[in-house]
Amino acid sequence: MTTHSIAAAFPPVDQHYLLQARQMQALSFAVHIPLVAFGLSFPAMVLFVEWLGRRRGDELYLTLARRWSKVMLTLFAVGVITGTVLSFEMGLLWPNFTGTFGSVFGLGFTIEGFSFFLEAIFIGIYVYGWRRLSPRMHLLSGIPIVITGITGSLLVIAVNAWMNHPVGFSLRNGKVVHVHPLRALLGNSYLWNELIHMYVAAYIVSGFIVAGWYAFCRLRGRWTRYERTALTIPLTIAALAAPVQILVGDWAARDVAKTQPVKLAAIEGLYKTTSGASEHLLGWYSDNQMKGAIVIPHLLSILTDHSWDGTVEGLDSVPASQRPPVNVVHWAFQTMAGIGTMLALIGVIYLGVWIRRKRLPNSPWFYYALVAAGPLAVVALISGWVVTEVGRQPWVVYRVMPTAAAVTGAHGIPVAYGVLALAYLAVASGLAWVLRRLARAPLDLSLEPPSQLQAA
Amino acid sequence: MFLQSLPMVFILAGLALYTVLGGADLGAGFWQIATRRRWNAGSIREFAHRAMGPVWEANHVWLIFVLTVFWTSYPKAFGSIMSTLAVPLFIALLGIMFRGVSYAMREGAATPLESGRIDTRFALSSILVPFALGAAVGGIATNRVPVGNAAGDMWSSWLNPTSIVIGTLAVTTSAYLAAVYLAADAAHDRELTLEPGFRLRALGSGVAAGAIAIGGLFIVNADDHALVHSLLHGRALPAVILSGFAGFATLLLVYRRRYELARYAASLAVAAIVAGWALSRWPTILPGLSVHQAAAGHDTLVCVVVAVLGGAVILFPSLALLFGLTLGGRFREDERGALREARVARANVNVRLLARLAVACLIGGFGLLNIADATWAHAIGVACLFGFIGLAFRAIVTSALDPQAAAR
Repeated sequence: MTTHSIAAAFPPVDQHYLLQARQMQALSFAVHIPLVAFGLSFPAMVLFVEWLGRRRGDELYLTLARRWSKVMLTLFAVGVITGTVLSFEMGLLWPNFTGTFGSVFGLGFTIEGFSFFLEAIFIGIYVYGWRRLSPRMHLLSGIPIVITGITGSLLVIAVNAWMNHPVGFSLRNGKVVHVHPLRALLGNSYLWNELIHMYVAAYIVSGFIVAGWYAFCRLRGRWTRYERTALTIPLTIAALAAPVQILVGDWAARDVAKTQPVKLAAIEGLYKTTSGASEHLLGWYSDNQMKGAIVIPHLLSILTDHSWDGTVEGLDSVPASQRPPVNVVHWAFQTMAGIGTMLALIGVIYLGVWIRRKRLPNSPWFYYALVAAGPLAVVALISGWVVTEVGRQPWVVYRVMPTAAAVTGAHGIPVAYGVLALAYLAVASGLAWVLRRLARAPLDLSLEPPSQLQAA
Repeated sequence: MFLQSLPMVFILAGLALYTVLGGADLGAGFWQIATRRRWNAGSIREFAHRAMGPVWEANHVWLIFVLTVFWTSYPKAFGSIMSTLAVPLFIALLGIMFRGVSYAMREGAATPLESGRIDTRFALSSILVPFALGAAVGGIATNRVPVGNAAGDMWSSWLNPTSIVIGTLAVTTSAYLAAVYLAADAAHDRELTLEPGFRLRALGSGVAAGAIAIGGLFIVNADDHALVHSLLHGRALPAVILSGFAGFATLLLVYRRRYELARYAASLAVAAIVAGWALSRWPTILPGLSVHQAAAGHDTLVCVVVAVLGGAVILFPSLALLFGLTLGGRFREDERGALREARVARANVNVRLLARLAVACLIGGFGLLNIADATWAHAIGVACLFGFIGLAFRAIVTSALDPQAAAR
């Protein structure tokens, strides 16, 4: 089926505020994704610390794990609501997308729903079960949280991978037929690079944010064995994950070049299909060319094709109406890659000092950099998703259904957008408030029963 | 035929469970505002919060379950409902957001004043959510949601007499369920000062729910005669009678302080309403769209059924564990003595060997993932890189956290 007849199968909806609907969705993702990063990686860190504490019989680790587990529950509770927003928006903003393709991708969310359910159950057992379950049972009750975090994200990312590389169904007169949901979701080659890239990113984000907090404590003069332990564990994992992410990212980019050449062309601002294409750093795309960019000849061909004169498809391979907004995609990519490189550098410095001196770096600059690294990692994470999602435009299902055909016909999107933005602001300030409270709680609090258990 | 209907049975079961379990949680929020001025208001709120702490997240997820099974199995109906009823559903969503964030913030409250303020916010959103969801159900029940992208009226679809009756009823039944559950918890924990209060509330809200249900029938009858007719005639009637009977039995049981039985009777009363409503409509989802017409293709339905049944095999034992621990009062028990002394294992890890293995993994991973092109090579490459992270992490953390290194 040619792209033309496909577009005819899904006529655009009469909706003035498509851009606002997209922004509302993007906002909801941007709020949710950092919490997902924590949900994916933080339980494993908490569990590791608890395990270490049980093994060494050291109360310090258990105190740390207990305090972290409260943060974990808080972030999960907020993640539940931001996730609920997303599942509502699937219908509220994109009823035609869900209505047409729900039978293809919906299964992913059904299974994810279960895995989310189990996560909620065991997080309740784990956090409320400190000292009320035997140590072994308590440790065991944490394992499902780690596993369901991975399976849940696997299935959600499977849906995203399917939107970017739709397989497992055919279309007849705008109706979906011959649906094979398992092939669509799990038999999709595009799933794996997205999943691994996100999974590693999750450790980078939560590792640097947690380490950044204790680096901040050190700069303010609070530096005991407790802070040192709490800094070392997340920092080590983030420092190792950040350089690895560059390798994983290179793999992901090659898959994008193969399956979504137009997205890659937008990332690079490459108008003409070129052999021996150059890599463009920075710069601004206008009039079908990159201006003011640093050009590294042949590098793009080498990276995507592993050959000096490999051909890279340009934006001119599709009509102008089917190209994503180049500068948004290009700059989101530059941001992600730039920050990613800086984070990898921080990681390498830490590892280098460790190998040579067997200690943490002493320079305060290192700790200033760590404080900045957490928020920067979040920016990189969101930028990466901007590359994926905006780079897929104007399609909601790549080269099958245009976003303009998926949107709701309901009125009032700008109002909902504004109200939701305000609600997020309230959620964010509530979260900031409670996290500060949890951090300020005196250290020996954990030797007493948690606050909600002692009153009445 | 059977296959096309089965996911709808799951959806309705999920809806019933959400109405009962999620409803009880929402109702607990309701009582937090309704008890503001009582002398023991603080302890009542504290008790309500404690009772739902561990199960709150889990009860809430039933709604997500309903949504996901719905859009996978009956996509067209889902799109039509969500677009026409966007306003009440968006309001419910906001309520869920504020509820969730208040719940999270409760953990950080230091003074009674602070927790009181948070509880008020929590309570207001706890009233908003069931009302808005009930109003949306009213729109579907009275056939005000046609098939199509936002094809129905954005306002009259949920601001109509039936929607308002159902919304009010949803708030009342939630409060009623919560009062019964909290009375049962209080009796179980021997909270003798709180139990009479919750008992009284259970009786009061039970009578109120019954009155609204019966009085509401007249209002609904004026709004949509066919709906009342279908509820009171034919196959829906047994469920409606069962609901009334169970509701009445609950009142008697609560009056006689037989709380454990009352818990189940109350749940049955509420679940039977959902069942009765479903039976009265079956097999219609939306006007002109039956369950069979709306259903997704064969393979999708098979996958959904397998996923739900397979998921249930894991889910229900886990839920039983959580509720067993919660209802058994284990989470509220006094501490059972100090932490058992763990056996102290000396870290006996060969750091040098770990580090060498890690470097080997890194080199192997780079070669297989970034130089090679075959899919199998990529898979092994990713595994190697994870191996690198794991081994190097172990090597560094072992020596960094060695108690003897503490001096450095």
